[in-house]
Amino acid sequence: MVCPHACIRSKVYDGALLETAPEAFKSTTAKWREFADKKFTIQVSTEDCTGCTLCVETCPAKNKSAVGLKAINMAEQRPLREQERTNWEFFLGIPDLPRDTEAIRFNSVKNVQLLRPLFEFSGACAGCGETPYVKLLSQLYGDRALIGNATGCSSIYGGNLPTTPWAVDAQGRGPAWANSLFEDNAEFGLGFRLTLDSHNNYAKVVLGQLAAQIGDGLVDAIMTADQSTEAGICAQRTRVADLKAKLAGIDDPRARDLIVVADTLVKKSVWMLGGDGWAYDIGYGGLDHVLSTGHDVNILVLDTEVYSNTGGQASKSTAMGAVAKFAAGGKPSNKKDLGRMAMAYGTAYVAQVSLGASDAQTIKAFTEAESYPGPSIIIAYSHCIAHGIDMAKGLQQQKAAVESGAFLTYRYDPRLVPQGKNPLQLDCKGPIIPLQDFIYNENRFRMLQASNPAAAAELLDQAQKGVKAHWKLYQQMAAAEVGV
Amino acid sequence: MDLRTNYLGLDLAHPIMPSASPLSKGLDKVKRLEDAGAPAITVYSLFEEQIDQESHQLDHFLEFGTDSFAEALSYFPDLGNYNVGPDEYLNLIRDAKQNTSIPIIGSLNGVSDGGWTRYAKLIQEAGADALELNVYYIPTDPKLTSADVESLYIDVVKAVRAEVTIPLAVKVGPYFSSPANVLSRIVEAGADGLVLFNRFYQPDFDLEALEVVPRVVLSTSDDLRLPLRWTAILHGRIGADIALTSGVHCHEDVIKALMAGASVVQVAAELMHNGPSRIKELLAALTAWLEEREYTSVKQMIGSMSQKSVREPAAFERANYMKALASWSDDPTGKLI
Repeated sequence: MVCPHACIRSKVYDGALLETAPEAFKSTTAKWREFADKKFTIQVSTEDCTGCTLCVETCPAKNKSAVGLKAINMAEQRPLREQERTNWEFFLGIPDLPRDTEAIRFNSVKNVQLLRPLFEFSGACAGCGETPYVKLLSQLYGDRALIGNATGCSSIYGGNLPTTPWAVDAQGRGPAWANSLFEDNAEFGLGFRLTLDSHNNYAKVVLGQLAAQIGDGLVDAIMTADQSTEAGICAQRTRVADLKAKLAGIDDPRARDLIVVADTLVKKSVWMLGGDGWAYDIGYGGLDHVLSTGHDVNILVLDTEVYSNTGGQASKSTAMGAVAKFAAGGKPSNKKDLGRMAMAYGTAYVAQVSLGASDAQTIKAFTEAESYPGPSIIIAYSHCIAHGIDMAKGLQQQKAAVESGAFLTYRYDPRLVPQGKNPLQLDCKGPIIPLQDFIYNENRFRMLQASNPAAAAELLDQAQKGVKAHWKLYQQMAAAEVGV
Repeated sequence: MDLRTNYLGLDLAHPIMPSASPLSKGLDKVKRLEDAGAPAITVYSLFEEQIDQESHQLDHFLEFGTDSFAEALSYFPDLGNYNVGPDEYLNLIRDAKQNTSIPIIGSLNGVSDGGWTRYAKLIQEAGADALELNVYYIPTDPKLTSADVESLYIDVVKAVRAEVTIPLAVKVGPYFSSPANVLSRIVEAGADGLVLFNRFYQPDFDLEALEVVPRVVLSTSDDLRLPLRWTAILHGRIGADIALTSGVHCHEDVIKALMAGASVVQVAAELMHNGPSRIKELLAALTAWLEEREYTSVKQMIGSMSQKSVREPAAFERANYMKALASWSDDPTGKLI
């Protein structure tokens, strides 16, 4: 799940497929109750691996006879290259588990690994902290996602034309992706939503008008389809395919119109993607507007707390005391609390996630956000080359960010309010390690300590107090009684 | 009561001084120790690794990924000068000398005879009254002989001695084949004092994470006995002052150390637990003890129970081991017999 370049893949499959497997291809019995008779393989695309070692650092499984060895280890590529190239090619030929499989739900770390990433081998830095979130989005919703991408790192590694890391599945489905500007991406993404909704409304109108020719049964089924599950969406795709086949035989200009917009009858997932430079700063006005509209869109903020792509300029997300361009003396103000500003509407789903702190909470937030029938925003803490860290330790830093209280993980779900529940659920324990144990692992903070120790000490003191106060505030918010 | 003592040629008001530890990390902490009555301070250690690595690490991460992407050639502003570990340390020595009226002893922790030893000179130039060289070495190579290891110690001491003219104390651990021989050779190599002993912090295993983890266990009074024995054995026989460290927690520990032959005791764990004000409490208890027994000065008791001074020198040797085992038959637990 953590591989930034989607080089590590998992599949569960029928053991009979192994009859033609290369000699060195590795497999084991699948450890799912639902797939007890199946085989399981984790395969690495060695030629695409950047060697960032995030996977090795994160892997918790250690060899019982020599704990220095883990379930995954780095090895010299050259002796393995030919063998693993053959293994990889064979692996790609193994069918993916159908998305509408009834055996399992794709809502856990264990199960999500079986979903094919539709974002792979990007040009992001080795060990990138952003791309695992983008990859997760592509795994969960890539087959039906429309993505508006703000300018920034994600638009560069996401659209380094003529190549693209955005991919399609075995059925040829993949995300529709386009890059807008820095300052209008939320509006750009909202346009996707409005267009889809208009096409969907028009399709339904025409569907009603042509019901007699299409057949009432199919029209009813399409109009009333429950698309809240993968199975429901897959069933609707089949119906729409049937519809298109029927429309091809109907000699009516409305039928030809409907063919064009019929695909919007299948649920789509609209995402706006960008960094903190977009969401906190340059595109904030539009983002705020979109949050206020109530439209069903999802916003993923890849929060590196700095303008990464343009070379480390401070954003309003930059933490107090961090050195960045335009904040050479250490940023004197607090990180803007974008999540709390979004919560203020009371009608937006808001989550803060940190993959290094909890992969399960991250998946939970993504699935809740996507299912929320209104605007959702996920602020995802992303370690970055501009933090001045050993990128292999990026996930440990993500964890330390949460444990120090510098970045709180939570989910705010307005759907809980009618149930009389507080919509804010804190998913972290607040500050359990001193702030300095987190920040002084990073050059962006350490360099102030080295250049101006007195200022660093003063800002650390202020920041530590701020972190505690911030946590208290969130505790109070999460504990407040909610009237129905 | 005359509590004065002399250590490394420095006249000290009394023998209870803070050892090199985080207790002196920063000028405010140094001043707090002086206010609490410290007669001299060994400032926390500057590590060989800090000298070499800290600046390299800072530089590495400032430069990492630069000039690699078309849109961003760098990720950090250029702040000009950085006070990496050594600079900060030298500034502290300088500030401590200017802002206190007690002797300040620098502490350098290293093991190779590489370029880092020049920091001994820089510490002297920053104003330190003396230097403590802490040699902490774990010889894990099976091919390394005890003679090789001993040479390493002697070479480091010689290299540092060559850099400074101020008094030099050397802090080592107890694990040598012939401690008395090695320690006397360290003195011959130029040490004016010995700090006995370094505590070798043993790593621990985290059974959940299956990782080897550092775990600092602060000393207790039980840890006093090892340095106590060797202080007693060496006092008056090696031509160097002895500072006893490890396991000094109460006034009785101080008294034992002085009687064994230490000119001073160095305290860390006790002050970290109870704060610098503990120095005055220890001092008051020491004074009361001395007065009650009609001592007139601390100097009077230094070495009074060293191997040279006791009636049974064998108490520090093999015979004592036999006695210790024999005494077990008394079964103080009452459970064995």
